[in-house]
Amino acid sequence: MKTVEEIQAAILAAFPAAEVAIELNSSPSAQHSLRLGHAHAVAIATFLRDDAALQFDYCSNVTGVDWLDREVSEKVKVKKIVDGAEQEVEETVKRTVPGYLEAVYHLFSTVHRTGPLVIRMKTANRVDQVAMPSLVPVWRSCEFQEREVFDLYGIQFTGHPDLRRLLMWDEFKDHPMRRDYVEPDDYEYEPTPHDHVQARADAHKTAAEKGAA
Amino acid sequence: MAVDENLKIELGKQGVFVTTIQELYNWGRKNSVWPMQFGLACCAIEMIATTMARYDLARFGAEVFRPSPRQADLMIISGTVTKKMAPQVVRLYNQMAEPRYVIAMGACAISGGPFKQGYNVLKGIDRYIPVDVHIPGCPPRPEALIQAFMTLQKKIDQHHLTGEGRPRYLDAEAQGEFPVPEFGAHDLEPARNKGVWVLPEEIR
Repeated sequence: MKTVEEIQAAILAAFPAAEVAIELNSSPSAQHSLRLGHAHAVAIATFLRDDAALQFDYCSNVTGVDWLDREVSEKVKVKKIVDGAEQEVEETVKRTVPGYLEAVYHLFSTVHRTGPLVIRMKTANRVDQVAMPSLVPVWRSCEFQEREVFDLYGIQFTGHPDLRRLLMWDEFKDHPMRRDYVEPDDYEYEPTPHDHVQARADAHKTAAEKGAA
Repeated sequence: MAVDENLKIELGKQGVFVTTIQELYNWGRKNSVWPMQFGLACCAIEMIATTMARYDLARFGAEVFRPSPRQADLMIISGTVTKKMAPQVVRLYNQMAEPRYVIAMGACAISGGPFKQGYNVLKGIDRYIPVDVHIPGCPPRPEALIQAFMTLQKKIDQHHLTGEGRPRYLDAEAQGEFPVPEFGAHDLEPARNKGVWVLPEEIR
């Protein structure tokens, strides 16, 4: 079986201009993945499917990931004047890394009996630029799974033949698997509340008691 | 109105059968409750098992599962009611002819069960339609469904045909159609039918 590095090299040999990066997985599974740029994604996917040495003919799974904005603190050496003399001082600088949405595809080759090859794509941000190319033209089995990702994470797959919600109803506005999803506040009756359910049920209690008083 | 039980037994020994219209009416009704052929999730498998030879729901006069709500008397809510399915469940209930009964079978149907704090599961079908018998379990054993069925039969047996406590189908004034919830932007609208589901008062 080819390693991720070899597959990356094969892709770069076929498409010299393509963006293909390796995302290392440091866990014991060591399931490294390839991050594809949007521009060549469909061409690369077709190549992965059709190349005689690879033949990833089966897309078993598509899933989404929501990465929130996060703060990173870095230590930076800054030259400052301390007690009249110039000195190098370490300062912690906080920087916000913008969040994004990600789709993860798991590919198998039924011919070579290899897999999974994990490929990923990410959107520009998680608010308004949430489009990425659909891989349904390459693997038909992505159709419902991309619809599910669209439904639950809100990723717009351009080129998808029928991008509608799959699980929730069409009038539904939210994307429930996003980390900032706020569920409807129907905690007015909780017979055995505990932890965060208790907190939300108590909020109802006080509101009702205030209304009665 | 009620005939003295001991007198009835004595007369029975002499070959005289005494009854009331109410008893006859309830007896007939409770022994021919036809359920609707309608399953929502894994509880439906237990419901099917209940109808088969080992548990044999036919002993209670309920072997005929009708595939149409027009011909059914009993709706067994067997499984998870998702918010997407809830309007269809209420619509099916509205399409059933009176008298009609509901058994909420399993943890999901009575409260949302393991999915209670999720985004897509209704926290109990009793928020929209009146439920006669709730049975807990995940899923309940066929014996539990039979127990629920016998409880329903006892309930039917105690109906009064006239007066204040008479069932809904004998009351011309009673509400027979239950509003079907709409799909809203964030949740079903309304989130509950306030005429059916009243918040229980908590003891403090």
